[in-house]
Amino acid sequence: MSTEAIVMMIVAMMVIWGGLALAITSLVRHGAVEDRTEQPRHDL
Amino acid sequence: MSTTAEGAAGQADVERRRGGFSSRRVFILAAIGSAVGLGNIWRFPYVAYENGGGAFLLPYLVALLTAGIPFLLLDYAIGHRHRGSAPLSFARLRRGTEGLGWWQVAICFVIAVYYAAVIAWALRYTLFSLDQAWGDDPEAFFFGEFLQVGDPGVTADVVPGVLVPLAIVWLAVLAIMALGVQRGIGVTSLVFIPVLVLAFGALVVQALLLPGAGGGLDALFTPDWSALTSASVWAAAFGQIFFSLSIGFGIMITYASYVGRREDMVGSGLVVGFSNSGFELLAGIGVFAALGFMAQAGGVAVGDVATGGIGLAFIAFPTIISEAPAGALIGVLFFGSLVIAGITSLISVIEVVISAVRDKFDTSRLTATLAVGVPAAVLSLVLFSTTSGIFVLDVVDHFVNQYGILVVALISMLVVAWAVQALTGLGDHLNVHGRPRVGTGWRVLVGIVAPVGLAIVLFFAIQTDLEAPYGDYPSWLLLVLGWGMVVALPLIGFLLARMPWRAGTHLDGPPPGSDPAPPLDPAPASTSGTRPGTVSEEGGSR
Repeated sequence: MSTEAIVMMIVAMMVIWGGLALAITSLVRHGAVEDRTEQPRHDL
Repeated sequence: MSTTAEGAAGQADVERRRGGFSSRRVFILAAIGSAVGLGNIWRFPYVAYENGGGAFLLPYLVALLTAGIPFLLLDYAIGHRHRGSAPLSFARLRRGTEGLGWWQVAICFVIAVYYAAVIAWALRYTLFSLDQAWGDDPEAFFFGEFLQVGDPGVTADVVPGVLVPLAIVWLAVLAIMALGVQRGIGVTSLVFIPVLVLAFGALVVQALLLPGAGGGLDALFTPDWSALTSASVWAAAFGQIFFSLSIGFGIMITYASYVGRREDMVGSGLVVGFSNSGFELLAGIGVFAALGFMAQAGGVAVGDVATGGIGLAFIAFPTIISEAPAGALIGVLFFGSLVIAGITSLISVIEVVISAVRDKFDTSRLTATLAVGVPAAVLSLVLFSTTSGIFVLDVVDHFVNQYGILVVALISMLVVAWAVQALTGLGDHLNVHGRPRVGTGWRVLVGIVAPVGLAIVLFFAIQTDLEAPYGDYPSWLLLVLGWGMVVALPLIGFLLARMPWRAGTHLDGPPPGSDPAPPLDPAPASTSGTRPGTVSEEGGSR
């Protein structure tokens, strides 16, 4: 494989799979915060 | 109990009867299952290779972030806020737009009818892989012995080798649909998506170990930066994102209506969008590693063997399977992945129709499944298990995809953004529980950038079809099953919209309990017991 192709493949992996990892992390973190803040409303 | 509380309780009862996903995780897996389909495996790698290789990444990401995900969030917002199938959600958004929802339903019905046939082929080829039944000439085997292709046209000559797997696919799909949203679609997605990722991951590893794999990856990822100046390359990127995300034709509206009210739809959309692209990248690596092996084995350049669609799946891959070490394993993994990806997409397509029928006519899950599934299965078996099946499939697929989905998506987006001017309300809805927040940027992307992107894709499609008639098909076939279908589907959609809703259906505005709460109606409560904006017991709309 040429250096150019290897670089592009790594960039593609980092951007797309990295974006997926970030999206999952963000969703999990926000979901957890949301659950904690929503809980008291349940009891009212 | 206050009127508002009564409305919310009634709505909760309606939603219990409609069914729903048990959790956000199930919804996300179902949405990924819908988005990841045959196109991810056999379309993306070749589109990327043909349109600049590594350089295609740039327009692809631009299309994903500026049109794909924003449009996906629009679909989510419509379905999640209005808690209904595509027609019901549009009717609640603005009564006059209900026809758009039925147009999407009609498109989904047609897609389901032919999509099942390709899954049936893949199912049969999973078995063929075990003994490489195609022999030395996979192309002759596919068109001759397997499909028994005749002259272009429509025939009634049945091919039992296609009929049987097609019947099996429909039986499996009807069983899944009859089980309901969670026990059918949800559980299928929970099981199939991890299996798909594992199976395709194993295929990629196996393909990367083949001699010549590096040459294939070199061909796929070497950037041709000059391609970025071509408008057709940008159109290809927008087209790929649009077609692979299952947006604009009712699927994501329907699925979002089955999600709990407090779920983060923005975060879920980002996960689904990047998962879909992540799988496409994986498919690109696996497919081109295998094509690199094929090219090296044949002593030709990768460009000479690179192909997409049916040619890739049923001609190139059988050749690879015949020549590669552990070919049977590669075959089972590849065709098995096609079957799984196809089934999870097919159930999402047919659910759009079933959900609409249930909402409109208040039928049980089983009745709606049979009312939709049996005619679809019969049509599918009649049209696609014959010697002319591939011609019909090719024509219908081309026209319904290029002009059906593209046009309804473009019109729906423009209507929601500009005619109904609903983007602010829908954005507010997404922001109640969603992060990151959507704002002016999202409204600009959905109202301007995405429609312009779709219009460009549509322009190139029309230009191509006007330069030369599609394929070498008879004119009547293109007129009847191609352009005829394109014209008939919206007409059918708007005719269906004229049928009355079942008694008690809440229309004109989000149902009680939606966030943010719709403005209070100052009109006094109706003495007949039905609220303003609902349908009376006689079925007439108030």
